[in-house]
Amino acid sequence: MIERTPVLNVLTHVILLSGLVLLMGPLWIAFVAATHDMRTVNSPPVELWPGPYLFDNIREAWAISDFGRKFLNTFYVSVGVVAGKIVIACITAFSIVFFNYRGRMVVFWLVFITLMLPLEVRIVPTYAVAANALQPFQFIADWTGISWLWAQITGGALSMEWNLLNSYTGLILPLVATATGTFLYRQFFMTIPDELVEAARMDGAGPVRFLIDVLIPLSRTNMAALATIMFVYSWNQYLWPILIITDRANYGMVAVELRTLIPNQLTTGGGAPTWHLAMAATLLIMIPPILVVIFMQRWFVRGLINTDK
Amino acid sequence: MADISIRDVRKAYGKDEVVHGVSLDIRNGEFVVILGPSGCGKSTLLRMIAGLEAITSGEIAIAGKVVNELEPRHRGCAMVFQNYALYPHMSVADNIGYALKVAGMNKADRLEKVTRVAGSVGLGEFLDRKPGQLSGGQRQRVAMARAIIREPKVFLFDEPLSNLDAKLRTQMRHEIRRIHNRIKATSVFVTHDQHEGMTLADRMVIMNKGTIEQVGTPEDVYLHPASTYVAGFIGSPAMNFLSGRITEAQRAVLIDGGARLAITPEAARGHDGLRVQVGLRPEQIGLAQPGQPGMTAAFDFAEELGSARLYHFLHDGQPVTVHSDQKVDFTVGQDVTLAIPEASVHLFDATTTRSLTADTALQARAAARLHVA
Repeated sequence: MIERTPVLNVLTHVILLSGLVLLMGPLWIAFVAATHDMRTVNSPPVELWPGPYLFDNIREAWAISDFGRKFLNTFYVSVGVVAGKIVIACITAFSIVFFNYRGRMVVFWLVFITLMLPLEVRIVPTYAVAANALQPFQFIADWTGISWLWAQITGGALSMEWNLLNSYTGLILPLVATATGTFLYRQFFMTIPDELVEAARMDGAGPVRFLIDVLIPLSRTNMAALATIMFVYSWNQYLWPILIITDRANYGMVAVELRTLIPNQLTTGGGAPTWHLAMAATLLIMIPPILVVIFMQRWFVRGLINTDK
Repeated sequence: MADISIRDVRKAYGKDEVVHGVSLDIRNGEFVVILGPSGCGKSTLLRMIAGLEAITSGEIAIAGKVVNELEPRHRGCAMVFQNYALYPHMSVADNIGYALKVAGMNKADRLEKVTRVAGSVGLGEFLDRKPGQLSGGQRQRVAMARAIIREPKVFLFDEPLSNLDAKLRTQMRHEIRRIHNRIKATSVFVTHDQHEGMTLADRMVIMNKGTIEQVGTPEDVYLHPASTYVAGFIGSPAMNFLSGRITEAQRAVLIDGGARLAITPEAARGHDGLRVQVGLRPEQIGLAQPGQPGMTAAFDFAEELGSARLYHFLHDGQPVTVHSDQKVDFTVGQDVTLAIPEASVHLFDATTTRSLTADTALQARAAARLHVA
């Protein structure tokens, strides 16, 4: 029901506007800070109107942090993570919904439980695996005596190693599994009427054809929604890259790089508080996710609200 | 050549058996309608023929080849679904041609064939539309075209008309019959609508609670229902049932409440004292002329149908409906004499519910048909 009373109108607009100010205020201050030189930024009172140095600051920040390389790195990783998440989520949900096998629900609940175990919680074991992705197999081999057998036969020790540290694979792979995405896809697949599945079977389409010809085209909006959320998520990755990337010149990500621009005792060593550069870099880093959201918005909203059928 | 042979087929979900040993032979080119109320197992039977449902025990053979373990696509069946089951993201042309695309036919041949089939069901100008932009009848046509284009040995219809409005349903029914006459593929049509069944079928199969009650031509089934179930299910308005007892000496059945109806000698023979259900078709009994013998019943109310009237009477509390084109105004409670020809009396054993006469009558009809042929 919609009520139209002047008092309520004013009140709701006050709430709306204060929300806007809370949301946009910090952004505005960051923007203003990015347009002044160091002295203005660091001298009170806080400047509220833009100055003339925006592009100089951006250029300087870009040069200091070698952002060209970092942007490309982050872009590769984000695209990799998004693609991986979509493919894995789609295939997992396909299996859970359309195939009837023992342990189907177990698989589903295992996936679901990982919602409670985000990367931050399991970061130490994940790091251990990333340091040598084959370690679990090594462990099994040692434990079952296969290693011993190998040593007896070949005379050399069995040692399996696949190091993911300092690589794109290491940045992408551990982030690819997604319970949210699987769940989103599962919910969508469950709305597909049985008759459609049966019609495809009658038409002679096997499971893979059905997935490619029917399910994927129908789930485009879902895919867009998932891609948008996950792109922003992986663009902003900080904890994982900072942990596994020591070769920052080659594999650095933007969020980590931004951190080095923010002045504190460690980065400036008591040097100049270059807040204007940090803010300029912040603005730059914000641009790609904003573009993705704007571009995908139409699909994204439709994918989350309902499916057009 | 594709006749379908169903041998003692059962279907159970866990311990719950829903189809209890059904056997049925469908001849090549025949249009068979499986009729029954919801939950009688008719759709399950159809889906077992299609291969969408596993067969618990028994055997189904299409064109002489047992198909129990075959995938649907290898059975040579095409199916039309109740909710059309069109692919919502594909155009009408792609929907119709999808099976050909899967089969690997090249694009040019496919388009040519799609255009031809779509034209034959009146969809020529809608090829570029999406299913969402079509009306119910048009969607139904797409579903039909999708089945036709595969040139299947067997057509399966799973209540395809029940989502259409009454007028469109009649129209599509005619169309289905026309298509069948043209391509002459063996067809199995499942419905709960007796009207659809009567008008479409070469032969009807009436199912109840997972078993077949009767198989026969629509006329056979109407004239000589094999059980009270079939008798009550086929015919509109439904058959009247009165309980009574046969007296062989009098060649009659004594209705509870006093009336005495003459029956044929064949019906009476050997059944002295048997408790029966007496079935009377509303359209086979009439209002008696003055002086004509019959059964008296008290008038309850009448329904005007335009060309005829439905009169509702009560005989000792048991309702009797009469469909007559005579228009007479009775007063409520008035005793009226109903004329009941002896040939119109259907007798069913009260305990087994099977007909006493249908078997011999049907055999006679079948023999007569053979003779004519």
